[in-house]
Amino acid sequence: MASVTIIRPKKTFSWNDVRELFAYRELLLFFMWRDLKVRYKQTAIGVFWAVLQPFLTMVVFSVFFGSLLGVPSDNVPYPVFVYTGLLFWQFFAGALSDTANALVSNQSIVTKVYFPRLILPFSTVLTKFVDFAIGAVILALMMAYYGYAPGLIGMLVLPLLLLITFMSAVGGGLFLSALNVKYRDVRYALPFFIQILLFVTPVIYPASIAGAYSWLLAMNPMMGVVQTARAGLLDTTPINWLLVGLSFLAALVMLLIGTVYFKKVERYFADII
Amino acid sequence: MSPIIEIKNIGKSYRITHQRGGYLTLRDSLAALFRRALSNRRKGETPHKETREDFWALRDISLNVQKGDIVGVIGANGAGKSTLLKVLTGITPPSEGEIVMRGRVASLLEVGTGFHPELTGRENIYLNGAILGMPRREIARKFDAIVAFAGIEQFLDTPVKRYSSGMYVRLAFSVAAHLEPDILLVDEVLAVGDAEFQKKCLGKMEEVTKKDGRTIFFVSHNMGAIQSLCTRAILLEKGRLAAEGAPADVIRRYLSRTAHRSAVNLSDTGHPEASVRKVALSDERGDSLSVIEMGDNAVLTVAYEVKKRVPHMDVSALILKDGMPLLYSYDVDLDEELRRARQPGTYETRVVLPMRYFKEGLYSIQVMIGTYGNIASPDASVTLEIRNTTRDLTNHSYRADRQGVLYTDLRWETKKL
Repeated sequence: MASVTIIRPKKTFSWNDVRELFAYRELLLFFMWRDLKVRYKQTAIGVFWAVLQPFLTMVVFSVFFGSLLGVPSDNVPYPVFVYTGLLFWQFFAGALSDTANALVSNQSIVTKVYFPRLILPFSTVLTKFVDFAIGAVILALMMAYYGYAPGLIGMLVLPLLLLITFMSAVGGGLFLSALNVKYRDVRYALPFFIQILLFVTPVIYPASIAGAYSWLLAMNPMMGVVQTARAGLLDTTPINWLLVGLSFLAALVMLLIGTVYFKKVERYFADII
Repeated sequence: MSPIIEIKNIGKSYRITHQRGGYLTLRDSLAALFRRALSNRRKGETPHKETREDFWALRDISLNVQKGDIVGVIGANGAGKSTLLKVLTGITPPSEGEIVMRGRVASLLEVGTGFHPELTGRENIYLNGAILGMPRREIARKFDAIVAFAGIEQFLDTPVKRYSSGMYVRLAFSVAAHLEPDILLVDEVLAVGDAEFQKKCLGKMEEVTKKDGRTIFFVSHNMGAIQSLCTRAILLEKGRLAAEGAPADVIRRYLSRTAHRSAVNLSDTGHPEASVRKVALSDERGDSLSVIEMGDNAVLTVAYEVKKRVPHMDVSALILKDGMPLLYSYDVDLDEELRRARQPGTYETRVVLPMRYFKEGLYSIQVMIGTYGNIASPDASVTLEIRNTTRDLTNHSYRADRQGVLYTDLRWETKKL
């Protein structure tokens, strides 16, 4: 016989889960493909929205915070300064809010077909890489326009920053999507929460503004990501490797908490969603 | 050879809280937490209690299924049929027990699971196939067969949200029909779609099972389908396995348990046009009965309420044996006038059912009302047992276990040549 399935009362964690995740990789790709395919259906300008959204946000922020309020920007032109932060921030925020709804919005599939539930939030976060790639092209163009060229270390640190963002988004997303199955409050609380998070993350202002309290901000992995991205790409400050390490650790903790909670309540999904 | 499916003492319990319904919100949980903290502090006060109880949707189910078996699962609503399938698929884990399945499993609990309205027919075939567990290469290989079976060639690149509901169901079913797992778990999905397509699907299922020796678990209310398709059947009653065996026997057991009743009074179904309020059987003298002697007739009395004047409304009765329809009759068959002018009001109608033509056995009589009998309520049915106590049937053709359903003495005129 080819495959033997054994169904027992569910334990929280087993190595089989990892193997199973691999066995279902094709479904993961299909979910990503569906989400990308469907996202801009029946829109007039289609995928151009992926360009417009971050770009317009950058313009609005530059006008209000950069020109009118005169927020300092570490001696870098404000548009390119804020956009570098926004690029990573929007990846994180977008992934988090979409992932939180990943299970609930696929309710009909969750209750009718078996597959490792982890696939759904995972595929949602992965699709956000496409938006990130499009946004990164705009950043490259802006940097060229303002005459900035990233150093070698700056380029090399980027994948690490992306990994930290990914881990934080997956961790937070897993936790929230599982919580959302039971408590629909998440759907209402989250947009509000993300907005607050934007202000405690140094996206529209430099981290130096917090002065003595900046260690507090370091608990937020996105702070390290945004600051290091600016350091690496725009040479605002030297790269603070301690901060990068702290952020990585914080992201790892988020990922662990999210995964453990998700696996713990996973078995009830089909019953209470 | 070890069985392809081994179900050992499976149980599934749900905790039900007797509180107000609706979604649980974070606030409720927090409030409960505070309440608990407070009630601890103030001793002597009775703590706030939610009554909780474990509800066993399934209990002590054990079953071995051999390769090539087609197992029909029957039972009343809420008996645990769907829960059993959900546990078998792994959608929800059991609370106790163990299941071993030897082979690739696919499930079909719903037609078109994961269909996305914005995607085209072509795209949905791939997506739905992947969700049901078909590898991409396999879908590509069967793509043409799937499209041909569904008959939607021209609309392949149209978003499915523009499909008619018939096309949608055909496409969805076609994908499912081309699944090739070792074990297929099917819930009541044949209930959708038109009769002709249903027949086509059943045919396809039968064909594949016979050819490849596939094992199927099949939940249905359609006793005819269970009878003709399945090799075995199980009966679930309140989450327990009540019977197991040959489909005909299990179906008979089910029908005799659920509805050995000669009369039912029904509450209003809430349908805006009409509803059946009472169905009763009696003998020709008017005594209510549920068992008659072979060779006797029975009288069916139906009370119904018409709420709105609808042209072409009729009341109909259907006599079934083991889920197989035997005789169908409209109250307007001989009275065309009644079809046109039935005013709102409450009516009672009587009809003599020619039960004397049927052999021994258990029959159910279903009553429907509406245009072409389309407002059916599964509750508007009664059962009637025909029993033989007077004739010795040992050497006769119409003994219950011989072929045929009718009981009539025919005169054979024989001469020597």
